[in-house]
Amino acid sequence: MEVARFWRTRHQRYQLVGEVCPHCGTKIFPPRDVCPACEGEAKTPFTFSGRGEVYSFTTIHSAPAGFEKYVPYVVALVRLEEGPLVTAQLTDVEEKDVYIGMPVEMVTRVLREDGERGVIVYGYKFRPRLLQPEPQPQRELEAAAMA
Amino acid sequence: MCMSQEQHTAQARISQTILGNIWENLMRPKASVGIVGYGAYIPRYRLVTQEISEVWSGGNVVPPVREKAVPGLDEDVATMSLEAARNAVRRAEQVCASFTPQRLGAVWVGSESHPYAVKPTGTIVAEALGATPYTQAADWQFACKAGTEAMQAAIGFVSSGMAPFALVIGADSAQGRPGDALEYTAGAGAAALIFGAADEALVEIEGSVSYVTDTPDFWRRPHERFPEHAGRFTGEPAYFHHITCAVQALMRELQLAPQDFAFAVFHQPNVKFPLKVGADLGFKREQILPGLLVNEIGNAYAGSSLLGLTAVLDIAQPGQRILMASFGSGAGSDAFCLRVRRAAPHAGVWTTRQYVQRRVPVSYAQYSRLKGNYVMS
Repeated sequence: MEVARFWRTRHQRYQLVGEVCPHCGTKIFPPRDVCPACEGEAKTPFTFSGRGEVYSFTTIHSAPAGFEKYVPYVVALVRLEEGPLVTAQLTDVEEKDVYIGMPVEMVTRVLREDGERGVIVYGYKFRPRLLQPEPQPQRELEAAAMA
Repeated sequence: MCMSQEQHTAQARISQTILGNIWENLMRPKASVGIVGYGAYIPRYRLVTQEISEVWSGGNVVPPVREKAVPGLDEDVATMSLEAARNAVRRAEQVCASFTPQRLGAVWVGSESHPYAVKPTGTIVAEALGATPYTQAADWQFACKAGTEAMQAAIGFVSSGMAPFALVIGADSAQGRPGDALEYTAGAGAAALIFGAADEALVEIEGSVSYVTDTPDFWRRPHERFPEHAGRFTGEPAYFHHITCAVQALMRELQLAPQDFAFAVFHQPNVKFPLKVGADLGFKREQILPGLLVNEIGNAYAGSSLLGLTAVLDIAQPGQRILMASFGSGAGSDAFCLRVRRAAPHAGVWTTRQYVQRRVPVSYAQYSRLKGNYVMS
């Protein structure tokens, strides 16, 4: 069951492939072919950088079917650098270390298994960034201070 | 690039050998091939192996390694392969202007813990990297040398012109039965290498040798969860014999000696074996230690020697020569001679030692959960 849906959504799950609106430039995730900002047709694929920040988060103690073995786990709203807000699990982090504004990056992990005999579903999660954001060059900081 | 007198002499010997075409067992492509990008991945959890000894032997067994890497609940060979491959792509993009994942003609994953018995790991990795659809994708199997035999195939694939680039991964989430000797060392990790034309590469492949015999020192039958092994038989007739024969043939046919190499990396099932086989072959500890990771991460099976190689590539300087020899049970060894052309870039990517140093210790009980060793129903 659901194999067709897993297959259809593999690019967005493995690589964060969404869309960019050719009319107004809005970046869209998940892909929906219509721009939520200008309502124009938007079918141009766009691969997101995978970088973002935790916008909000919660801890799941009572999990839906298929996710029981991960309990307790953190689910976050992640604001991607390019704009969209994505719901995803956080991984490689303890709940006590998560905070709003935490810089995170996308990783591809096992989301769940369709039972012992079914397919393994891989997809995006987010973890604390391994490499901290590069400090802005001095000139840009000065320009920002002048503005 | 600055070469010492010894390096000049060794280079001249190699050129002479190639011109004279006198080798018997050396595999050397007609068109030069090198590694244009590489990457490592080691999961963050660590089990201090003394805990295994406490649980299963009352603390009487002295563990052969200090600790070992353990994958998270959502990690397997596909996800670890992908992490290493993404790091390799990041380096290749900095090293080689013409590289893109779409130009990978092969995505090959060597492992003995592929997530599926039937369905390739390679397609998952290729899809997630953006290398699909016009690419080879396959899984390789030869115990702990599954990755290095894919390396030799990739060298042939690229040098023949069948593909501009080929990606090879060695990865494992190693299995060992609870309480068995293997449990002390069965670790986890992945390493990825991208092969391309040598003129743009970080490292050039000078040649390799494969040495295999039918030696059943370690095996796992279908549907079995844990491998079996022949105890002490895994040492002298298996590990030591095959690595020694492969490395001696490589050095003999390239007319090189241990002192011609800055680094030597051997398959690492424990600390003792690689140091002993290295010493037997005439290598010094300081040539071996930079690539020796097993005391911190355990035996990553098909990822083991490749991870050691990535740790050496992180620090190797132009002109230096690297020897790498894998060992796969069953049994065989692939030995490689590599020469560094350029120092590796590290922008935007972790070194192997950074992954080694990242560690979150877990108890034996937590480790048992991560490994899925509890029966839930």
